[in-house]
Amino acid sequence: MNQFRLGNLCGGHPGAGEKYQGLESWIFTVCWIVIVLFFLTIPVQAKEYDYINISNPYLNKTPVAVTEFKAFGGHQTEVDAGTRAMQILKNSLNFTGYLKVINSAAYLSNPAQTGIQLGQINFKDWTGIGADLLVTGGIEESQGQVKLKLRLFDTFNSKLLVGKIYTGADSQIRKMIHMFCSEISHKLTGNWGVFNSKISFVSTVKGNKEIFTCDFDGHNPKQLTHHKSISLSPAWSSDGQWIAYVSYAGGKPDIYIKNLKKKPGFIINNKGLNISPDWMPGKDILAATLSFSGNQEIYLLTKKGEIIKRITRGWGVNVSPKFSPDGKKLAFTSNRGGNPQIYVKNLETGDVKRITFEGRYNTSPAWSPDGKKMAYVGIEKNKINIFVTSLDSGTGTSIQLTMHTGDNEEPSWSPDGSLIVFTSNREGKTPRLFVMTAAGTDQRRLLILKGKQSQPSWSGSTSSENI
Amino acid sequence: MNKKLWMNLMAAVLVAGLFMTVSCAKKTIVSEPTTIEDQVKAEAEAKAKAEAEARAEEARIKAQELQDQMANEQALKQAKIAAAKNRFINQNIHFDFDSSELSSMAKTLLKEKAEWMSDNPGIHVTIQGHCDERGTTDYNLGLGERRAMAAKNYLSNLGISNSRLTTISFGEEKPLDAGSSEEAYRKNRRAQFVLE
Repeated sequence: MNQFRLGNLCGGHPGAGEKYQGLESWIFTVCWIVIVLFFLTIPVQAKEYDYINISNPYLNKTPVAVTEFKAFGGHQTEVDAGTRAMQILKNSLNFTGYLKVINSAAYLSNPAQTGIQLGQINFKDWTGIGADLLVTGGIEESQGQVKLKLRLFDTFNSKLLVGKIYTGADSQIRKMIHMFCSEISHKLTGNWGVFNSKISFVSTVKGNKEIFTCDFDGHNPKQLTHHKSISLSPAWSSDGQWIAYVSYAGGKPDIYIKNLKKKPGFIINNKGLNISPDWMPGKDILAATLSFSGNQEIYLLTKKGEIIKRITRGWGVNVSPKFSPDGKKLAFTSNRGGNPQIYVKNLETGDVKRITFEGRYNTSPAWSPDGKKMAYVGIEKNKINIFVTSLDSGTGTSIQLTMHTGDNEEPSWSPDGSLIVFTSNREGKTPRLFVMTAAGTDQRRLLILKGKQSQPSWSGSTSSENI
Repeated sequence: MNKKLWMNLMAAVLVAGLFMTVSCAKKTIVSEPTTIEDQVKAEAEAKAKAEAEARAEEARIKAQELQDQMANEQALKQAKIAAAKNRFINQNIHFDFDSSELSSMAKTLLKEKAEWMSDNPGIHVTIQGHCDERGTTDYNLGLGERRAMAAKNYLSNLGISNSRLTTISFGEEKPLDAGSSEEAYRKNRRAQFVLE
């Protein structure tokens, strides 16, 4: 029996998020969801079911069928909650970019009627319509409390891969579905996926720029800052507890370190620029560009702003520091060679290596979570696009991920490395947030929000407590 | 002797008679109007008055003209000062894409700005560095600062005290022209001068 604690940031189903937002006490009343492994005899090793390699750029989507939810009580509230849960489940699986939910019109049987458990399913009905995977769901609802019974099957081997029961408030259906999606992801890819991650970004509000956060799929956008100024460049700490960002609230660009649980924050406001913060993985240490010396140089800082070490030393602009996932290297943009290019500094040896060579303008480095690839932005012939290059020695050719669709910039990887969120002005010349697979496929709008959105930053795979 | 006496007496009588005659003549009164005399006098007076008035008017006009001229000169001077100030504030210096180098045009404008700052010693100036929308937010914040610094250093080399010059970079955050044309980009790549 496993227990997972729920944190305070998850919303309800779409439309109910606001209703539950701000209710502090519910954390304590309903924050424990009991997850029961109710099939005790699952002879499955994770390795055996390494179904999907999400870093394969030539990935075909795996077809999955998601059945109607069986309503055990059968009353309308329960049926409605089940429909809602099923829709969230389908949207979430489709969002991954490596699963494709088969249209339910094609389904040959209805486990909601005939049974959702292993012995009750005729797998030929599912292999027959091309479903490699099947997810069944059941729901019991009583006085605002729901119990969700969710199962993932391998249709060709007639095997149960994961089975879980979640109980909690009706408002937490979205959260519970996402927990099961994490289980599915882990079973299929070996990685817990994106489902408990968040994205921070910049959006205009009445002409000012403010920092926002939203769920991994663009749901529950929340305004984090109210400076009524220019606020930029949000960056998550690896535990998801802090966001560092830049704001002109004090009249010039300073770095603000904000705690998401209302602990006191810090302001780093040296003379000149204080910009482009990034957190060292697993540490309370930041890299940022400061210009008090007269040059725009990168420094390592404590979160209170005390300088630990100067990282760059040279003529020109040095910005956009990004720690490698192991924290041992630092990528950054510098125009030391005459125009902006991306360099990687080994923080242990001090060696600096230039990694972009094509074109005269390459910026915005973003490490893939496995540290093997770097996404970045290149400008060629006035076209701004996102590229990815392999960091393994010997290779180094760049693949262009976006093209012929306006300007595309500011890439940030999902914590499982399967997706990239970015800014594009492809729709009506207005910057909006988009998401695509790491191979550049499935490019789609992340969220619909008033104003202009930019500078998305995907959080790490934070533990449940922080989401 | 007697004869001589008579002669004298006669003469006296004659003279007296003459006097009598004269008295009689005086008694015939000639009545004449004073018109002419008055007219002459009035004319003279009027003329004198007119002349005085003309002189006063002339003096007044001269004074007015002088005053007007002074006012004009003042206004002209004020206008010139205002124009110089407006020029200082409104004439941005422009940069090439991804460059913080000062063009010869930029240097000419900066020399003019240095002169103006020398003429207005109490004034402090913030130099804002701006970029066009291409390129990343972070890099453009750095580039904007280098543009502002380039302008500041040039003014400083022309003798303007560093204590009168502040720099701030807005990167690509405050475009003058929201468009995405080359013309808009050119306008937006600038250093802008703001009086504190």
